[in-house]
Formats: sequence, C-alpha cells, structure tokens
Amino acid sequence: MDNQYIYEGASGPWELVVGLEVHAQVISSAKLFSGAATTFGAEPNTQVSFVDAAMPGMLPVINKFCVEQAIKTGFGINAEINLVSIFDRKNYFYADLPAGYQISQYTRPIVGKGYLDIELEDGSVRRIGITRLHLEQDAGKSIHDQHPEKSYIDLNRSGVALMEIVSEPDLRSAEEAAAFVRKLRSIVRCLGTCDGNMDQGSMRIDVNISVRKAGEPFGTRAEIKNVNSIKFLTQAIHYEAERQIVILEEGGEILQETRLFDSARGTTRPMRSKEHAHDYRYFPDPDLPPLILDKAWVEELRKNLPELPDAKKSRFMQDYELSAYDASVLVAEMETASYFEEALKFLKPLNPKAAKLLANWLIGEVFGALNREDKTIEACPVTPPHLSGLINQIQEGIISGKIAKEVFSLMWESEKDAKTLIEEHGLKQVSDDSAILAVIDRVLSKNVTMVQEYKSGKDKLFGFFVGQVMKDMAGKANPELVNKLLKEKLG
Amino acid sequence: MTTPITKPALKNDLIRLTLAEAKEGLLKKKFSSLDLTKAYLESMESNRNLNAYILETPELALERAKESDKRLAKNEGGLLEGLPLGIKDLFSTEGIQTTAASHILEGFKPPYESTVTQNLQNAGAVFLGKTNMDEFAMGSTNMTSYFGSVINPWKRSDGKDLVPGGSSGGSAAAVAGGLALAATGTDTGGSIRQPAAFSGIVGLKPTYGRCSRWGIVAFASSLDQPGPMTRDVRDAALMLQVMAGHDPKDSTSASLEVPSFEKSLTQGVKGIRVGIPREYRLDGMDSDIVKLWENGAKWLQESGAEIIDVSLPHTKYSLPTYYVLAPAEASSNLARYDGVRYGLRVPGKTLDELYESTRSEGFGTEVQRRILIGTYVLSAGYYDAYYLKAQKVRRLIAQDFELAFQKVDVILAPTTPTPAFALDESPSDPVVMYLNDVLTVPANLAGLPGMSVPAGLSRDGLPLGLQLIGPAFDENVLFRAGSVLEEAAAFKSFLER
Repeated sequence: MDNQYIYEGASGPWELVVGLEVHAQVISSAKLFSGAATTFGAEPNTQVSFVDAAMPGMLPVINKFCVEQAIKTGFGINAEINLVSIFDRKNYFYADLPAGYQISQYTRPIVGKGYLDIELEDGSVRRIGITRLHLEQDAGKSIHDQHPEKSYIDLNRSGVALMEIVSEPDLRSAEEAAAFVRKLRSIVRCLGTCDGNMDQGSMRIDVNISVRKAGEPFGTRAEIKNVNSIKFLTQAIHYEAERQIVILEEGGEILQETRLFDSARGTTRPMRSKEHAHDYRYFPDPDLPPLILDKAWVEELRKNLPELPDAKKSRFMQDYELSAYDASVLVAEMETASYFEEALKFLKPLNPKAAKLLANWLIGEVFGALNREDKTIEACPVTPPHLSGLINQIQEGIISGKIAKEVFSLMWESEKDAKTLIEEHGLKQVSDDSAILAVIDRVLSKNVTMVQEYKSGKDKLFGFFVGQVMKDMAGKANPELVNKLLKEKLG
Repeated sequence: MTTPITKPALKNDLIRLTLAEAKEGLLKKKFSSLDLTKAYLESMESNRNLNAYILETPELALERAKESDKRLAKNEGGLLEGLPLGIKDLFSTEGIQTTAASHILEGFKPPYESTVTQNLQNAGAVFLGKTNMDEFAMGSTNMTSYFGSVINPWKRSDGKDLVPGGSSGGSAAAVAGGLALAATGTDTGGSIRQPAAFSGIVGLKPTYGRCSRWGIVAFASSLDQPGPMTRDVRDAALMLQVMAGHDPKDSTSASLEVPSFEKSLTQGVKGIRVGIPREYRLDGMDSDIVKLWENGAKWLQESGAEIIDVSLPHTKYSLPTYYVLAPAEASSNLARYDGVRYGLRVPGKTLDELYESTRSEGFGTEVQRRILIGTYVLSAGYYDAYYLKAQKVRRLIAQDFELAFQKVDVILAPTTPTPAFALDESPSDPVVMYLNDVLTVPANLAGLPGMSVPAGLSRDGLPLGLQLIGPAFDENVLFRAGSVLEEAAAFKSFLER
C-alpha cells in the first residue's frame, strides 16, 4: 500500500526518508547557451550548433527566455529568486558530453529556498521544503544498440535547458513523493515552463532514499537515477526501502551509491563500479559572467504569472463550495481545470449546487470513461458545454441521475448533446402523478403479501417497492415523486 | 587596376613598410595589393627556415589581394584594404586548417571564422597564412609547437639560433622578419608582449573584453585576449581599431564604444603621471634591462610626464597565481579534444582507451603537464587550497593596480627579465621557464591593457622591450606613452638594419 509512513521490519518500525531531484526540461524554442532548436524527436544531430558540439573557440551565451522560465518556476514553488547567480562547469568525460563539462549552477543557483504544499488522499496537507532550483545544460544521447562494437551519439539534446529542482529530505512515503512530483508537474505545466512529459524524458527524477529508526539521525542514502514515471517512482521507493531495511536488520551497512531502477523487474541495482566515481571539479565558468537580474524585471515576471493551482483551488472552494479534495483533483492538471472552468460557463443556473454536481460528474463519470478508453481530457468526446447541458437536464428534473448516466454513455458514443439524446431516446423523466400512480397500483397489487409485511413494520421493504416502480417505468420516473406517492399510498 | 611585375628592389622596400605606410602607398596607388602580397609571399618562401608559418595560403592571399585592388580602384577600400597579415594559428579561419599548433587538431578546418579575423577581413585585410605558436598557446619560446620551433630573425653576436619568444612566436618572427606586414596574436600571460620584446616589434594586449574571443581556440578563458603585433605603435592602433568591438557571441566582451585610437598617437605625455612599480625590479635583473627601464622613464619625463614610484605589493604572487588559474581553466577547456567529433582520433577498444590514446598522442608534454596541474588544483580536497586561494590573490593583484591607478595614469616596466635566448639555452626546468612571464602575467590577472615597445638593444645586440600597463579600457594612454617611447628610443627594426 502507498500510504505507509512506517515500514514494519523484523526489529520493529522503520521510517523512510526521501529527497527528490527533479530534472525538468525548460520549454524554450532554443537551447540554454546556443541558438539551436530543441524539437523533440528530430533526426539525430540536426538540432546542433557549433556551441553544442563544443567546436574549438565556441562560447556560450545565456538564453534570456530560459532564465525567465526558471524565475517563473521559482515563483511557482514559492521560492526566493537570487538576483546574482553563477554558472559553474561540472567536468567529466563522456562521449555524449562534447565539451567535457556541463554548464550548471553549483554554489549560487538562480532560485533559492522554497516549498510545495502537497495534499494527501486523506485530505491532509504537508509542506515539503525545496532546497533550490538551478539551470543547467542537458547532455547528448549515446545509442549503444545500433552496431555490435560502436556507439552512436546524438547531440540534439546537448545543451537543452534543464531546471534541476531539489527537495529537502522531507518526504516520508512513496505517496508523498508521488504527490510532490504531481504537484510540481501541475505547477510547471500551468506556468508553461516545462511540459512535464515524463515518457518523453522532459521530466526525470533522481531519488535519494534512506531509512532510520524514529528519532534517529538520517541514515546513509542511496541515489536512484533517472526514474521516468510516477509509477516507477513509487515502485523504486518501496523496493529500495525494503532492500535497505533487510540489509540493516541483518547487521549490514548501506553503501552510499548510485543505483539504477530496472522498470522491467521493479528493482534497483548499482550503477557501474567505483572506478567511475566522479570528482566533478566544479569551478565558475570563465566564459560566463555572473548572471545579474534586474529587480524590476523579476518583479514584472511575478506580476504576470498565471493563476497557480493552489490559488485556483482556493477559488474553487470559495466560489463553488467544493471540497478540498475535489478542488485539488480539478486543479492537479491544467487541462482538467480548464475543462471545468469552460463547463461552468454553460451551467444554468450557475450555483454551488450545480457546480458541485458538475465536479462530481467530471471526477466520476468523465474520468472513469477517459481511463477506460485511455484518453486525455483534451480528447474527451463529451465537450464542456455538453457536460453542463447534461447537468442542467438533471437540475431541471428532466432526467434522473440514473438516466443521466445512460444519457452520458449515449453522449460519449454520439457526441450529441443531452437534450437531443433525451428526445431521441424518449428518456425524459415521468413527473406525471397519474402515470406513476398507475404503476404503483400495479406493483402493490402484484405484491400483496409484501404490502402486509411492510404495514406490520418491515420498513426496509419500501426500497423494494421503489425499485419495482422504477423498473417498471424503465427508470424514467421522477424518483422524488415515486417516493412521495408511494409513501402516501402505503400510509 | 594591377601594376605590372614589380622590380625586385621595390619588393625589398615593400616588406620594410609599416602598415600605415603601406596603406598610404595603396591609397596613392604607388603599388597594388597584389604587389605587396606577392612581395610577402616571396619573402615567406625564402625565409621558410624561420618556420614562422604552420600554413601558407598563397592562392587565397593572391585572390583576396586582387579583390582588394578592385575595391581600392573604386575607392571602396576598408580600413585595412589590401594589407597582408599573418594570423596566429589559434584563430579559427573558415575552411582553412586551424591547429593551435597541436597534433590533436592537425587537419582541422573550422566551418566558421573567428570574430576578430572576420573583422579584419571585413576591413579588407589579406591573410597570408597561419603563424606558428606554442601548442595551445602554452609556452614562452614557441618550442612546444607540434610543427617545430620558430627561429628569431635576430641573431646574437655568437650567431646562435634564438627563440622568438612565445606563444605568438610565429607572428613575432613574421612581423620582425618581413614575412607579414603585421600579425594577430593572443596573450594569456604575455604571449603577445614577450615575443614582441624578443623580436623587436610592438605587441599590444588589449583590456580583457576589448576584443572578442569567439572563434579563438581557448587556453584560459578568463585571461586570453587577442591583440595586434606590429612594426610600430601607430600600426598597433590602426589594427586594434579594426579588431576591437563588442561581440554578442562572447559574453565576456565589453559592450563599450571603441574610441578612436589613432588620434591619441600624437597627444604626447605632457602632464601624464607614470608609475614605476618597485616590485618589478627583480633580484639579479639583467643590467641592460635595468638601464633600458631607466631610459624609458627619462624619455617620458623629458616629454613632460611625471615619474612616480608606485607599489604593487602582491606582484610576487602573480606567477604562482597564474600557474594555478591558467592550467585550471585549460584543463577544462581542452577536455573537448577527445577524439570523438573532430581532430585526431587514436582508436581504442573502449571509450576510455580512445580518450587515453588520443590525448596521449595528440597533446605535447607541456600541454599534458598543464592539464595535469589544472586537474589537480581543481580536485576535491585541493580546490580551496589552490584554485580558490589563487582567485582571492588574483583579486588582490587587481586591487594593487586599482590603487596604483588612483595615483598614476600608466605604469612603465620592462617586458621581459632577459633578451631572447638561444634554442639550446631554453631552460629544461618548467618552473625556471615560467619565470619568463613574471613581468607580463600581472596585467592578464588584472585584465588590464599592456603594450611592449621595442626600446633598445642588449649588449649582445638583441632587442629589448619596455612595457606600458594602463587602466582598464584605456588603451589610449598606452598609445600616447608608447609613441613617445618609440620616438625617443629611435629603435631600428630588424628590417631596417
């Protein structure tokens, strides 16, 4: 199970300590230090400038837009923006690192301390500290499976801007880690600073995990590199926690090492041996002066931020009386929030009751159907006005909630609006007293014994009669009316 | 228009002209760029024993000279139209081999042109070829070049072959010996000024950021600065005017207006305060050098300057600071020569083997030494004691100058502690060798402009240089004082003897 703060070991409970490093690719048409394009999936080595290939004499020039994106993200994670930051070189040799160093920020990142509030399924909120956000270049890609002896290098990704967002070791469960990533992803998507597409590698996670007995200092941590989905993140944390507990309970020691997550097996294993342990020899990049930000410009960026998920959530709760849980589900993905807000425009009347009903339908029926067909909300065949049209039909008493589900299925298939479908299929709710009374009479006369039992005190049978009436009327009877008339009839 | 074949006598005259004189001759149509270029190409051919060039590009030079003549005929010439120059092989030249005098870049033809050489071309300059240098600009003798040592055109009384200095030794020898009208150099710790002094020419290292480094093979990015190497001070002003300027492709290039340099040449030094830094008077300094320095001060004083003693107390730390910082940056800058994308590749069974073989074979001893030093001083556990400490000392050295320039307008010192030495006298101990840079390195650490002006001869008849160091972005004070020194010294160049 996900929501476990404590792992039970043979020696009693262990506490899990997790910190994340999220590498988020900056949305930008050009790279961090060169003018080359950043199109995903382009032909190998077609998005490479002389700077990206580290040709002799080439120099980096900071891309102002990427800086802007990092600052916006900094505001999104409630962080302080450092008006002076430094770019450092992280030196190591690898075939897909053309310069032999990666330009990153080591001692003075562009964004300092911040935090994210994460909502857990039980409705509680935890504040997770963020240590820093810094800008850095991505490396190229080594391709090892195209030739028996040779490796191929694709430099398209070389020099692409990444934001590395580092959390404090404040996370205590896999659920929290997953909630953190989801929250961060919803923020960067909302800001348009990272697309958050983990399957395309635009968001990758390094996980630092250790275990300890409650109240003790941090244990030795292992780092799991390049986890690329939330599901894998959860699996990796569980596996790694259990691995460490077993070692410790057997009297062993945890090695501070880098491990890889094997998604096929759901396990982690050590990366190559110690001989590749790196001394990165960080030093300030002499090709780049300190990055000095204009305070007024930074303030301007802050003023022009879009509404962030937390603010949107508060607004939904306040304006439409939604529960904290419903509101956070709606704001978790920007597309969902947009869908909801678009649909709200078509509610008649627009009041908290209708909005709440709309939220329930969106979270329940719409999400369920999307999941079943593995569709995104943008591809939802039921449009926001159509969904609100359905809600309006319910609110007006034209159909019951039950019939509405049938109408919804028809809407999903046909992409027609609710009103049309109700007409076409004759699903309009019967609110005619005499028609319902006729059926009630029929049902009661068929079940004389049960009527006797009810009258002698077996109250539970009331529901049975309602069900029989509804069944007879193919669910189209106004349920409130059925209840009322039955009660009158049965005395 | 093209002049018919020039008389040999005229050719000899042509290679003795200064840049400014040649420019005037072209404008007055006394000769064509083709004449001038041919004269240099012939001189290069007959002086190949100096080994001043790694690559001669005669066809290209002739072609460009003809184009220049066409523009000159239409009075559309640029500031350096038709003037044949040597280009240090550290500058990337599009489609033309650029090696940094290293085996690892042998055969490398960059698909781009450095900003400075582009500026020169835009002004109409004709490139004769790529001049020899110390490998990756690391050296003070030009003996670390993969393509062999350069011979100084000057001969000592004993007739021995002398080094031209380094790292811009090929450029210095070419300008001194009549193998180029002027040349580009780069100066990281004295690589323009020291060979200029050894070869009896003018060498100017501009303020860090005055010229773009884009397209110049990097040695130590925070110290490297390109500059002119010329026959006289006026030529240096003329050439710097074209080389300098803000370049958006180099984040460290200064976005400042480039002032007119030429007009400062005649402004004199009346009222200018000249600082004599006492720490530059080294123990056991050659008496010829001491005498030269005294003469320099006297000449400036006689022209109306005020001579003031100044102190630059952290001077003694310059050399160790430089030999921590420059190798540190170099170790990182040279990591890209890995055999993967361009240049030399020595195959290996694994990636690490490819790196090891390529870099062992591709880099010479001095380059390898500096990469090792640089890697060491940046390593975990040593960083604070070496790199970080050196950065702090660098700040103090810069501060020394800032304080001094509150009292004086320019600083006068010798360029080198000795005159040029013979190839076989070159110290085998690298630390002794590094002492050559002791008087030039501080200006690099402080990012200040420095110029070496030939000002006299040693007792063995070898040229000696005086160095002027100015405040940041005040190259004009160097031109003012440099012109006065030049006139007073009445130094006769190699070609004039």
